[in-house]
Amino acid sequence: MAALRIRDLHKRFGPVEVLKGIDLEIDSGDFTVLVGPSGCGKSTLLNIIAGLEKASSGDVEIGEAVVNDIQPKDRDIAMVFQSYALYPTMTVRQNITFGMECRRVPKARQDEAVDRVAKLLQIEPLLARKPGQLSGGQRQRVAMGRALVRDPKLFLFDEPLSNLDAKLRVEMRMEIKQLHARIGSTIVYVTHDQIEAMTMATRIAVMHQGSVQQFADPDTIYNRPANLFVARFMGAPPMNTVTARLEGGPDGPVAVVGQGADAIRLPAPAAVGPDWLRRPVILGIRPECIAEPTRYFSEDPAATMTISAPVELTEPTGAETIVVLRLGGEKVLGRVAPDVRMPTGAVGRFAVDTRKICLFDPTTERLIA
Amino acid sequence: MRSTRIAVYGLVTLLACIYLMPLLVVVLNSLRSTPDIFRNGMIGLPHGLEFSNFTEAWSGLCIAEHCTGIRGYMFNSMMMTLPATVISTFFGALLGYAISLWRFRGDMWVFGIITLGVFLPEQMKLVPWVLVLRDLGLYNTVAGLVLIHVIQGLSFTTLFCRNYYVGIPQELMKAAKIDGAGFFRIFWRIVLPLSPPILIVTVIWQFTGIWNEYLYGVTFASGDHQPVTAALIALAVTVSEAPKYGVQSAAVLIAAAPTLFVYLAGGKYFMRGLTAGAVK
Repeated sequence: MAALRIRDLHKRFGPVEVLKGIDLEIDSGDFTVLVGPSGCGKSTLLNIIAGLEKASSGDVEIGEAVVNDIQPKDRDIAMVFQSYALYPTMTVRQNITFGMECRRVPKARQDEAVDRVAKLLQIEPLLARKPGQLSGGQRQRVAMGRALVRDPKLFLFDEPLSNLDAKLRVEMRMEIKQLHARIGSTIVYVTHDQIEAMTMATRIAVMHQGSVQQFADPDTIYNRPANLFVARFMGAPPMNTVTARLEGGPDGPVAVVGQGADAIRLPAPAAVGPDWLRRPVILGIRPECIAEPTRYFSEDPAATMTISAPVELTEPTGAETIVVLRLGGEKVLGRVAPDVRMPTGAVGRFAVDTRKICLFDPTTERLIA
Repeated sequence: MRSTRIAVYGLVTLLACIYLMPLLVVVLNSLRSTPDIFRNGMIGLPHGLEFSNFTEAWSGLCIAEHCTGIRGYMFNSMMMTLPATVISTFFGALLGYAISLWRFRGDMWVFGIITLGVFLPEQMKLVPWVLVLRDLGLYNTVAGLVLIHVIQGLSFTTLFCRNYYVGIPQELMKAAKIDGAGFFRIFWRIVLPLSPPILIVTVIWQFTGIWNEYLYGVTFASGDHQPVTAALIALAVTVSEAPKYGVQSAAVLIAAAPTLFVYLAGGKYFMRGLTAGAVK
């Protein structure tokens, strides 16, 4: 069953169109992350789902019912905000019960619900405090408690972790994911952080300039990005994209990067159509698909190919070493094991995982194969 | 460096002394007996403290041929200032809340027109008020003055409150709407509890402004109904005809005391940062 369906949704602010026809269908129990750079329209979309802003045209359905003209309070949703938006003069308990108070839930049931949520989020000792007396992580928990206590059809999260420091962010990320696994609710989560999207989502909608670029599970988004924007937005460091020329070969199509003696020939995905032969394409390859020569990618020996390329720079991060190398004259990044040290300026040997190569149309920027 | 600092402090102290001189003279005279003032002049230190000046000013001083002191007029002023302050502050908060946190089409125009009242001088509105009070039958009543001060005060109180409330994060409003709270519930439960700093500023402003107001008091009230500021003009007549400087000084001080008290009592509540914890 679709918990949330969005049909041909447009939003204009005067002459500026910030949402250009959004179509999404989110299943019950899904953890959907809307991710994109700032200004892509993801927060506006979330506000429209919540009913805090009105769409210019199009429909929002929650639980199979069109809610376009329904007030936020009657949409059966709960929302967690970036700033937490806790009521500063109320205690934690009052913050959590305020929604029930507005809905005239009997006092005994309110107390029961608070106890349940407080236990779930381990905020029992904080119930009598005011938001000003809480740390950032505690406020975050209370804000989630306020949403969880209502058991709504849909949870909306608007960048809930972006005000936390890096360490706490990682902890809360895991906790939210665990919480979702435990209570199985439907979540729409907005973030600009592609790592949050990858780690938490069951489905990701990548947004850019007011439209959904790709809506798929994290693996597909990462390995088969629908276009160059998705390829370059997801992943840190992002996918390498270089221009190449497609040629026919005895074992299938070959992508040639660079010219003359520097040229590197990489096996292209077999699915590429014959009409692309002898035409320029954009070749995309993830940095982790370029590794030290001893790396074992797959049982299939054909998956791995060894190349030589000049090393320009190395960046040891501790967990791995990022190598800047020249692939057929084009600058690309590789990720080698942390203890591998490649002398800068020398020619190094690299293993390339050729199964993960993507090809894009240079004019439409869409994935070809 | 050091010498300029001394010069600055010296100048400031000198100006403060000049400015405070009349207050000092009035305070000293309020504690002096009438013969003492006659013998030694208006300016001088008291020979013994004459607190009876205050009791006489309060209940025995003759103003406009009524020798009942300023007690009744103080009561009039209080009956005018307290309700006018409370009502104008309350509606200012409500208006400011509506304009700042419930954006609607033309809200800036509404705000602009309301605050235009800040710039209109009192005397300009005398004639319209005469007509309004006459038609409502509130001429020469305290209720009429309350009405005037509530309406006139709305411009200021709305301006103050609106400018304070625009600082309340929109996300709080969104959260409350999703929680199911409506216009008045958000006002009572969320906005008003955040408001003490601005309400205290507004109350001090309104209280002193209304208490000290003179033109309307003297125009729209007469005899026993006058507020103390208007009654004090009659005092000025007795000052020149039958001078009792000590009692008259005490009367002036009593009339000024409530505003002074409001400043001193409210001052420490001039605080900020109540929203700390709401965001970030």
